[in-house]
Formats: sequence, C-alpha cells, structure tokens
Amino acid sequence: MRNFGGKVLFLDRSDINTDEIIPARYLTEMTKAALKPYLLEDLALEEFDAARDLAGVGTIVTRANFGCGSSREHAPWALEANGIHLVIAESFARIFRQNMFNCGLMAVALAPETIARLFERFSGRATRVAVDFPGMLFEFTSEGIREEVPFTLAPFDRALVEAGGWVEYADQRY
Amino acid sequence: MGLTIAEKIFDAHRVDRPAEGIETIRLDAVFCHEITTPIAINDLMARGKDRVFDPGRIKAVIDHVTPAKDSKTASQGKVLRDWARRHGITDFFDIGRNGVCHALFPEKGFVRPGDTIIMGDSHTCTLGAFGAFAAGVGTTDLEVGILKGVCAFRTPRTIRIDITGTLPEGVFAKDVILSIIGRLGVDGATDHIIEFDGPVVSAMSMEARMTLCNMAIEAGATCGICRPDQATVDYLWPFIENAYANHQAALEDFKSWWPDPDAVYAETLVCDVSDLEPLATFGYKPDQVRPVREMGDVVVDQVYIGSCTNGRIEDLRAAAAVLRGRRIHPSLRAILSPATPKVFRQALAEGLIEVFMEAGFCVTNPTCGACLGMSNGVLAEGEVCASTTNRNFPGRMGKGGMVHLVSPATAAATAVAGRLTSARDLR
Repeated sequence: MRNFGGKVLFLDRSDINTDEIIPARYLTEMTKAALKPYLLEDLALEEFDAARDLAGVGTIVTRANFGCGSSREHAPWALEANGIHLVIAESFARIFRQNMFNCGLMAVALAPETIARLFERFSGRATRVAVDFPGMLFEFTSEGIREEVPFTLAPFDRALVEAGGWVEYADQRY
Repeated sequence: MGLTIAEKIFDAHRVDRPAEGIETIRLDAVFCHEITTPIAINDLMARGKDRVFDPGRIKAVIDHVTPAKDSKTASQGKVLRDWARRHGITDFFDIGRNGVCHALFPEKGFVRPGDTIIMGDSHTCTLGAFGAFAAGVGTTDLEVGILKGVCAFRTPRTIRIDITGTLPEGVFAKDVILSIIGRLGVDGATDHIIEFDGPVVSAMSMEARMTLCNMAIEAGATCGICRPDQATVDYLWPFIENAYANHQAALEDFKSWWPDPDAVYAETLVCDVSDLEPLATFGYKPDQVRPVREMGDVVVDQVYIGSCTNGRIEDLRAAAAVLRGRRIHPSLRAILSPATPKVFRQALAEGLIEVFMEAGFCVTNPTCGACLGMSNGVLAEGEVCASTTNRNFPGRMGKGGMVHLVSPATAAATAVAGRLTSARDLR
C-alpha cells in the first residue's frame, strides 16, 4: 500500500479537467516519470504557479467534479510522479476516480460543507495532512490549528488500495 | 420490477459482485488506440503477462496522431502495431485503413446491441448509439480488459431523457446534445447512464445518434445509450444478414434489449426541441452553452470540421450544403478531417470534397489530431477556433487557444462569415 498524506495544495475551483491536469500534447510520453514536469500546466486558476506551488506536495484538496473530461490515466500518473497519492474533493468524475483507485491511489469525497471548512481554515497556510488508513481519519494541521476529519471508502475502493491496484486485485480473482 | 437497457446488459454479462454496488462484467470487445494502449502493453510485458484474453475480441487502430508526427508518436504506433501482430489481432487498422476510432469501429460492424465494450478513451460512450454498453476507461481498466476480458463498474443507474417535438430545419443532433449538457451541467450525469429516447431519437439516423451519445461524457455520464430499432438494423444489416432470416427477425431480436415499460430511472427528463436554435459554447466548459445569435461578435481564426463527434458523412453533407458556391472568409483558415477512409471516399464520390476545397478548406486524412491539440490544426496562443469537436477545455486545441463547440452547419457558416454565425443568419 502507498503512503498517503503530506503537504496540502488547495485548488479552489470546480470542474478541473484532465486536460488541465496533464495536457494532451504530453500524451506521447510512454513512462509515468516523463509526465512529472507537466502536471497542471494548463490549469485555469488565477495565481496558481505550478513550479512554485507543487513543490513537496503530497495531497490536493479541491472542490467538485475533479478530473472530468478525458479518460487519460496520465492524470493520476502525473500526480503520482509528483508524489501526490491523495486527492480530496467534493466529488470526482467517474473515470478519474476509478483510475486513482486502480493505481492504488486515493480519491476521497467529503461533504461540500467539510471541504468549505477546510478551505476556510487551512487554505493559504502551510498545511499538512496525516492519514490514519485503518481508522479512516484525516488529521489536518497548520501552525496553531488542527482538525480531524473522518472519511469513508467503499469496500471495493478500500480493497483496491490495499491490493495496490486493480491489476493485482483482478489477477488474484479472475 | 422492470429493467433499463443498461440493467439488461449487465444482467447478461455479470460475472461477479466483488463488493456491494460493484459489478464485474464480461466484455464482448476491447477497443484500443495508440495513445492509451502502449503503456498497458508495456506494463503487461513488465509483469510477464504479455497475453490477450481473445484476439478476435480486440480491435485496434492508430488514430490520434497519424501519420506519426515525430519519433515519440511513431514509437506509440509501433508498440501497438507490434503487439497486434504478436497476438494475431487481425482487426488492426494502420495508416491507409485507419480512422477516428468511434467512427471507424461502428462502420466495421463491431458494435452490436447488447454488447459490452471498453476502450481507453472517454468518448467510447458514442457506441451506445447501437444499444450497447460502451464505456471509456483508464489504462489500468484497459489492461485488465485485455488480459482477462472483464471490467468492474458500479451497478448501473440510468437517467432517461425523452427528446420530443420536431427538430427545426438547420438544427442538428449536436445542438440537441449541447442543450442537454447545458441543462444537466458537466457533472449532472456522473456515475449514470443516459438513455436517450423519444420520437426525435427514433427519427434520427445512426450517425446523429452517435453524435448524441458521443457527448454524454461531457455531462459526466458513463455511457449514452439508445434503444436499437429499425435504423440500427438497417445500418448493421451487411454485417448481420447471415444471422437473421430478414430485417424483421433482427428487429425482434434487438427488441429484447429495449427498456421495460416499468423500468426504474434515477431521473426522467423531457427535452422538447421544437424551439431549439443552433448553439455554441462560450467559456471553457461544455455546459456553457448559448444560442449562436446571442454570442455577440466572435471573430474566429480557425474552423475545424471532423472528430468522433461530427466527422461522419452526414456532418460533411450538412457543412457542404452551407459551403456550396461560397468561399471561406479571407481572415481565417478552415480544416476538414473526414473521420474515416469510407467517409472520405463517400465525400469524394458525392462531390463534397470538391465543395470544401473550392471553398478554401484544407482537407486532411482521417485523424483525431486537432481535436485534442496533438497535430493537424493546433491553435496558437490567443487564437479562436469554431470546432465540431466535443471539448472546449483550456488549451484543448493548443495552449492558450479558445474553442467554441458548434454543429458542422454552424462551423461552415462561420468559415464563410469569419465570425461565429449560424447557417440561418448567413447572407
């Protein structure tokens, strides 16, 4: 199983699509590692600077419908190549969400009001999240503040994370 | 309790329920192209599992960048080509026979009512036009599909959209689906299948139904789906004539996939198209839609006609009808990419290519290229394109470029006027 958590990047926008996460012009790459420099290159979000804001990040917290659009698994791979194994959002597009769990990564949905509170309390501050996987608990910390947020995973998603992904899981089962 | 089309298909293909709300289904076909498949192939090789579940059920095409534009795209094509040869995948479509996957594979008769199909491409939902369950997936799902012939999905939930009224002259399936996406929003159908039904769909050709289902993903849907009917039988007849005594027998068989009258839907919407106008997108999301007439003065640098959404023969006919005897505006450039060699040849035979070229269009070989900014019509920073494709995302057709999604008729009228214009308003 992967390690989850780390420094948090807040992306305050809904409907961030996979073309923004990794533009199609880089889909000619045939290794995951080669995607690393291009993550979020076309993100339409004011004041976002990929070179500055992605350094050391392990988790993204964002709004609704993250990962809509193209089915490209290059999106989770580009995240993974940058050490981002966890995305927390109000909701996800189906294929992106499935691709994350298929890779043994996590796409965790939280209630809109919880996401709103996390943005309110932690966005704009140096924030880290620790993940207690067996206890299904996020612990967000920033200087002087701390918040525990329980989360749930559907049994199948949890099984994929524990197996390390869908290839491993399917290989044992089918 | 009655069943929807998707529920009937899942019932006929279920092999496992690995967890609550999850169903693993047997796949009738796995379709592959050169952008998302090579990494799956390489991963299977690295795992010592370079096998395919059934070479006869795998179809592959090089379509996204073809002919190859550089060494990297040439390598992607080579990995797919070598793999197809190695495993005896005879339905492999290379340069000269290749076309945009979601136009080519139906044309070859590979999609039948009740089928289950996955492909590493989000617009695989197009194929639901035939009454199939066809879903775009990522490379890992594709990899397991290639190896085991199965894929896992959430238990299907269906939104039914009854399209009623009469489609006005000059308004097309593209305008209908844009209006529906505008209404649902880009995540309005996430984790759902959209069943398109009603008299307008029944009157549509298979080409128009493919346009409709193609953009179901732009509302987040897993698949768009239409009940297979007489039009489906007629389209598929050359491929099924040995299997059925006559058209009627085929239709009766196809009817087994029709939704039950008491099927349970997550939601049912009625969409009356009688007053629909030609539409265009503004902004960077496909649900940002308004009538072309209300777009204001939008100067356009490039017009693009093609893609899995609108690169079929009917689309070319609709655009050519607007272009005949006219020339494109000198301030812009226009590109036509017929979606398949068959469409290209048909357009040649019907004199449509002549119309496009007389008007000043550049005609390219069948490829996806420009739609996702990979080749054959990439935009420069700050440029604006009126396009018959399916996504207006930031940078989609080139970094810093802006895309307005329109029907082929509107694209053609825009090419003549030099600014966003519907065919109705073209002088």
